[in-house]
Amino acid sequence: MAENTEPVGELVCPAGTPASLRTAVDAGADAVYCGFQNATNARNFPGLNFTLPEMKKAVAYAHEHGTKVLLAANTFPPAGKIQLWKDAVDSAVRMGIDAIIVADIGVAGYIKKNHPDQRIHLSVQAGAPSVEAIKYYCEEFGVRRVVLPRILTIPEIKSLKKDIPCEIECFIFGNHGLMAEGRCSLTNYVTGLSTNMDGVCSPAGDVKYEEDAQRNLTTKLGAFTIDCFSCTQNPGYPTICKGRYRAPHRPDGYYAFEEPISLNLARLLPELIKAGVHAFKIEGRQRSRAYVREVVSSWRKAIDDVMAGQDVELAHLLSLTEGHKQTQGAYETKRWR
Amino acid sequence: MMTAQADYRSETEKQEYRYLPRLLRLIIAPVPLFAIQPVLHKIVHQIAQKRPELFDRIGPHKDKLFLIDPVNLPFAFALRPNPDRLSFRAYRRRNVPQVEARIAGTFLTLLDMVDGQLDGDALFFTRELVVEGDTEAVVCLRNAIDDIEGSIAEDTANLFGFAGRNALKVLRKVRNHGRKH
Repeated sequence: MAENTEPVGELVCPAGTPASLRTAVDAGADAVYCGFQNATNARNFPGLNFTLPEMKKAVAYAHEHGTKVLLAANTFPPAGKIQLWKDAVDSAVRMGIDAIIVADIGVAGYIKKNHPDQRIHLSVQAGAPSVEAIKYYCEEFGVRRVVLPRILTIPEIKSLKKDIPCEIECFIFGNHGLMAEGRCSLTNYVTGLSTNMDGVCSPAGDVKYEEDAQRNLTTKLGAFTIDCFSCTQNPGYPTICKGRYRAPHRPDGYYAFEEPISLNLARLLPELIKAGVHAFKIEGRQRSRAYVREVVSSWRKAIDDVMAGQDVELAHLLSLTEGHKQTQGAYETKRWR
Repeated sequence: MMTAQADYRSETEKQEYRYLPRLLRLIIAPVPLFAIQPVLHKIVHQIAQKRPELFDRIGPHKDKLFLIDPVNLPFAFALRPNPDRLSFRAYRRRNVPQVEARIAGTFLTLLDMVDGQLDGDALFFTRELVVEGDTEAVVCLRNAIDDIEGSIAEDTANLFGFAGRNALKVLRKVRNHGRKH
């Protein structure tokens, strides 16, 4: 039942700026994902993303080097305000984007109706973890690939693969903020802006860092203190889901949702390939080109080594990760915390 | 508006003090500011001329004043990244102006960030980079600088010809040595 139209082991890499895109292409990415400078993508951060002319040039550069470009148009348009998403899709199609990553059924329906030949990938933001959900998107909108939520074990992915008519893409490295993907409203609750509709998780304009004379660091989002770190502790991203909080049963403060930790599936790559995972995704469009260069070149080598039957570890990437801790998350066990 | 905070000394900084050639500090410390300002003016205007795209990404934050604070040098630098009234000036720490945002780290850490060799988020995770004030403005400036192809450090070194290029080569060697030990 499964459809495989491309070679297995595709490395899908992040690019927040044109310079990062060229860095990812040069470092060996098979595909690069990126977004426009507006609310149509889930990394709508200040100074990040692409203008229309930048995207056009980026697509040309990537295609000259045999690399695909995937447009992240993976936020949910508020009712009656879909024109921005339609414009993004139309522009991307004109530029020859290789696939559009969507979460919203309205956006997916628009692509199917107006650009029936355009390849569609289902974003992790759609939060589709079951055969029934994935088949719905494939049958109704012609989705060719699903980016799975990070809540499934490898046996579950293997079982899923048998019954769905599309490719599977999995996150293998980077930020490990699961929550209910595409459903998180914590930023909305605190700041009034929506991660899922405005594309901003913890908008920088609401983030404050305060360091005292002893180098104790307090991170805040809006009116809420997220965490406090002593001078010897490593802070994480200023997101509500990675904060430490006091509760009646935990008066000392604890990670109520997730911990500052990063995903690293280097050791599970062979099993993921056996399970039928087609493409491997690196998180981090908000990161610098130094990060992109190091991470993409390391994973390029790792995937090539695994395809050649060798073991890989990639422990050296720990220095780039949030919290300087890594996990295999639900891919290894449902009890990852 | 915010005022620059007191310096700090991380392990990296102590290490860098060990490796940064004392000669550089000895040369820089007594230099009067009036002698430095024209050099900084030349550097920032040269970058602006060569890399105009930088300002598009800074967008609404171009009129803000950023304190770039290499904590192990005797000066800090105030940058206003507006192409129409661009300014980049050095200040003794006791005289730094009020700024909207401060970005602090050791000299070579900041140099490597500008050079596209180190990741700002990773430096923040290890406390090697300190950000204070308007976080959105800092993120914008960081992303704008990171989108510049090539190296601002090399552009600056080239302004000073053979001597500048050799100085950069030495600084990079020192940095690489420091990172390995």
